[in-house]
Amino acid sequence: MIEQHVSGTVYGVVLNDRASLARIGNDALEAAPYKGAPLAPALYIKPAGTRVPGGSVVSLPAGATAVEVGATVGLVMGRAAARLGVESALDAVAGVVLAADLSLPHASYYRPAIREKCFDGALPLGPVQPLGDLASLSLTTRIDGVVVEERSLADLLRDPARLLADVTGFMTLAEGDVLLVGVSYMAPQAVAGSRVSIHAGALGTLEFSIAGAQA
Amino acid sequence: MKRGRIAYNGAVHQVTEDQGRVRLADGRIVAEGAFQWLPPVEVGTVFALGLNYADHAKELAFKAPETPLVFLKGPNTITGHQAQTRRPADATYMHYECELAVVIGKTGKNVARADAMDIVAGYTVANDYAIRDYLENYYRPNLRVKNRDACTPLGPWLVDRDDIADPMQLALTTRVNGATTQQGSTADMIFDIPTLIAYLSSFMTLKPGDVILTGTPEGLADVKAGDVVETEVENICCLVNTIVDDQTWFANA
Repeated sequence: MIEQHVSGTVYGVVLNDRASLARIGNDALEAAPYKGAPLAPALYIKPAGTRVPGGSVVSLPAGATAVEVGATVGLVMGRAAARLGVESALDAVAGVVLAADLSLPHASYYRPAIREKCFDGALPLGPVQPLGDLASLSLTTRIDGVVVEERSLADLLRDPARLLADVTGFMTLAEGDVLLVGVSYMAPQAVAGSRVSIHAGALGTLEFSIAGAQA
Repeated sequence: MKRGRIAYNGAVHQVTEDQGRVRLADGRIVAEGAFQWLPPVEVGTVFALGLNYADHAKELAFKAPETPLVFLKGPNTITGHQAQTRRPADATYMHYECELAVVIGKTGKNVARADAMDIVAGYTVANDYAIRDYLENYYRPNLRVKNRDACTPLGPWLVDRDDIADPMQLALTTRVNGATTQQGSTADMIFDIPTLIAYLSSFMTLKPGDVILTGTPEGLADVKAGDVVETEVENICCLVNTIVDDQTWFANA
């Protein structure tokens, strides 16, 4: 078996957990501009330039002073996959990565958040590790040693298999592509100088720090 | 010079245009039908612009944006010239979008507007299909509308930047089964090419192979299975695509 690397496109999803839906609130979801809770997975793309390894120093883009730290895990595809069934979807997954989906704060999900989510370094990733039981996985985010968020993947609306089935229902994921399983709405914020760590059980700890805008 | 990529005789070849013909690097001319067109570049990050023509923004009943409305596309959605694109059985409104595609040739970060054209390799044509039935108001236009497999034909030729005197003065034309349905000019872009490069490179590094689809003017129309859709940008190339239904697409599944 060939060891799988993250070599392709990284896709992510928002509003895939009950806590985030509760936080944004049913009234907001029903009102303009959303006019209803999402039907399909609410996806976005993290381009290649966002990926950096653990231990990195991530510089914020000019004009930004804070960044949301979206603790999540990514499913790393082991083969090309389309039209997966829920029962066998995880067979196409080679492993998982611990991920910090960094976003400049944006309260509205209405328009694509490209500057907010795609700046260089906006996706610190851990190494690819074996796929374990994600349903019982808890993620703990610390900023400067202080716990700022604890979340469990048991809270996902679409679990990894269902998410893969729904996404591959309309698009093919390639070997080496990654599907992040969801981030918290308005996740905790770090600032220039913050040291961030995300711990997730058997997946270990992903650490990085935030720096101000580069001149 | 016009450059392309084809699959021929079991391999991927870079080709050039020679008096309308396709020429391999060793000089052989290959006939249309004897090879398959591939996108003219192996794409990196693909950016697309929404509402970047004032007339189109009005057509969709939107106010023109104050900052570029950019979304990203994955490599799964890119396909070549003369390819087929699927119209799902449940779609009621699927439209083409003829766009000038700008291909990046050099790495650039924090590129000033005045220097932006220095990192451009050249231009090609994109047809950025959308299936409006799947529109949702989350990161709109959402991926289910815009990132479907083979829904973004690109090509056939990459035209060198220096061969185009003014990319902001090019006619765009779409024909469906030979009838003209969309006409516009790149002169009507809200955010021009240098502005887009300066904007994107202000927060992310642009790399060779990255592609910017610069948006489409008004003149959208529904396309049905069997339609032959030609999207053409003056002096760049004409990109041809055929719409197929689920029965054809999945015939051998």
